[in-house]
Amino acid sequence: MDFSTSLALIAPELVLSLSGLALLLVAAWAGDRAARTISVLACMALGAAFALCLPVVNGGLAGADRIAFDGQFRADAFASLAKLMIYAASLAALVLAPAFLERIRSMRAEYPVLVLFSAVGMSIMVSATDLLTLYIGLEMQSLAAYVLASFVRDDNRSAEAGLKYFVLGSLASGILLFGMSLTYGFSGSTAFDAIGVALGGDLSTGALFGLVFVMAGLAFKISAVPFHMWTPDVYEGAPMPVTAFFASAPKVAAIALLTRVLMEAFGSQVDSWRQIVVFLALASIVVGALGAIGQDNVKRLLAYSSINNVGFILIGLAVASSAGTSAMLVYLSIYVPMTIAGFVAVLMLRNAAGEPIERIADLAGLSRVRPAVAWCLMIVMFSLAGIPPMFGFWGKFVVFQAAVQADMVVLAAVGIAASVIGAFYYLKIVKVMFFDEPSGAVVSGVGERGDRSLGTLLALSTLMISPFGFLATGWLGAVADRAAASLLLLA
Amino acid sequence: MLQAIAFYLFAALVLLSAVFTILARNPVHSVLWLILAFFNAAGLMVIIGAEFIAMLLVIVYVGAVAVLFLFVVMMLDIDFAELRASFMKNFPLGIAIAAVLLAELVLGIGVWQSGGLQLGVASGEAAPLLGRSNIESIGALLYGRYLFLFESAGLILLVAMVGAIVLTHREGRAVRGHQNIGKQIARRPGDATVNVRPEIGQGVKL
Repeated sequence: MDFSTSLALIAPELVLSLSGLALLLVAAWAGDRAARTISVLACMALGAAFALCLPVVNGGLAGADRIAFDGQFRADAFASLAKLMIYAASLAALVLAPAFLERIRSMRAEYPVLVLFSAVGMSIMVSATDLLTLYIGLEMQSLAAYVLASFVRDDNRSAEAGLKYFVLGSLASGILLFGMSLTYGFSGSTAFDAIGVALGGDLSTGALFGLVFVMAGLAFKISAVPFHMWTPDVYEGAPMPVTAFFASAPKVAAIALLTRVLMEAFGSQVDSWRQIVVFLALASIVVGALGAIGQDNVKRLLAYSSINNVGFILIGLAVASSAGTSAMLVYLSIYVPMTIAGFVAVLMLRNAAGEPIERIADLAGLSRVRPAVAWCLMIVMFSLAGIPPMFGFWGKFVVFQAAVQADMVVLAAVGIAASVIGAFYYLKIVKVMFFDEPSGAVVSGVGERGDRSLGTLLALSTLMISPFGFLATGWLGAVADRAAASLLLLA
Repeated sequence: MLQAIAFYLFAALVLLSAVFTILARNPVHSVLWLILAFFNAAGLMVIIGAEFIAMLLVIVYVGAVAVLFLFVVMMLDIDFAELRASFMKNFPLGIAIAAVLLAELVLGIGVWQSGGLQLGVASGEAAPLLGRSNIESIGALLYGRYLFLFESAGLILLVAMVGAIVLTHREGRAVRGHQNIGKQIARRPGDATVNVRPEIGQGVKL
């Protein structure tokens, strides 16, 4: 494996890093006036990286010739599928931001640059096949995310969100590093495949401690219960485009990373980690569903909703098979447009003073003031609740199907029961929008700059999760199957 | 023989300066003793042939951490006049320590050139590359096998720097004492004064 082959394999990351560096220079000289131009250029870079990953996903490429840098990095179909979702979600975060941040005079030229570097970190995470690569990717993503959370620095809640995220994120990194050092100590290697070989057979107590600490650190990053405490606060305080970003791209990256660590490095120890994953899944589903009921802030509600969704995704991981991984990927690729559509719809609403809407009570009577947005939000809510004609149902269906086929009926049954509880608060929003008297908080749309791009984004993502999404199930299933197969090929 | 002498010298000085770090009444002296302990620990690393770790110890601990300690200690309430008064009294001690450090330097380099101390039998799994110092070996790994991670770590530092600037840098505009003359002239008496007739016992509401 020579150097140029390795460089060719990290082409998407190279494109993103180099354009990030170039745009940083533009930002330094042109200043905040160029923020929109830089955003557009950053979108183009993400588009180019997306196009570079597409053939890998379609071809289901895997195997030894997708390994770069002596096994530290693997650009297989699994990683590339996750990268497609990450780049799409980052693109959405870039499109959402200018309209929102300019209104509160906080748009700065560094925003798109930080999103780009965060995307680089996430794509390193999903391609990591070595503990060192894992940690480097995770820290790059996290550092950019801490800054993005407190990007509106004059707002106390935003600063608080950034600080909380930073402190708890550092704690999680510390726990993860501790686990990694134990794992390295007991297996003698940092490469996932070598760890998998070394830990075959009975797991020693020390290695088990390593496994548990690594999982705890990563569970922080995907905000699985009981490591979810930071999520509602950070989501509420961060600016809304950033919250939309947090709820989509980093979730995909951390879940893909967790899957690769468990299936490859600890692939010979499924029985040791399956019970932990099952616990995380059930606790997330139940706490996510119950916690959301009392919320009156849309962002907090969507935070609990994301915790709930992580639980469903972890069911696919608990199955620990090719079918389970494939189901997870299908669920993730439905979850990303669903989350983004929800946030875009809320972002498009504002009150008479031009401020964004955050309280659920303010949505009352939305169907009469902004009918198009209300219908889109209704599709999102039905889809999140998993009500059949919407595409969100399909994601839950494949995950539960995988669980039932693997004789984990109890897990599936508890999941279905909790998703009925979850349906309550999703339907409550629909009820507030369609059957309550207008509160007068939301004013009908005034033609503002950026509204058209938001509208396009909303229409696109809603179309993906509407019943039309079922047209894509065949293709999505095949792609996810190939990606899951590429993950398990070398394990 | 030379190695053994050097080892006992460095080890004894590490212990001695560690004891003085605790016993010194003046916190500044404590930190200075601590720095001496770091130097001697670095000397120990040199005589087992780990000169890279010795350099790290001096650069990171003495250069950064200990100086940071020193700054913190200097913010404590210490009577510096008293310290300055005793400068001449401590002068011989300072010279003595400087002489010890110089002797150690000479001894350390001499020992390093005459080969490392054999602490045990190598397992053979991690045999050092022949004819290379360990700085060269680490460099070859960092810029060869681990190049991707090294460069990515550079990007992380860049992100951290950009983040710190984004969160703290403000455009150079006067925060206080800014006078808008036009606004002052345009102000009418009616804007600033108001007639009120408060109820008895109610006070004025502003």
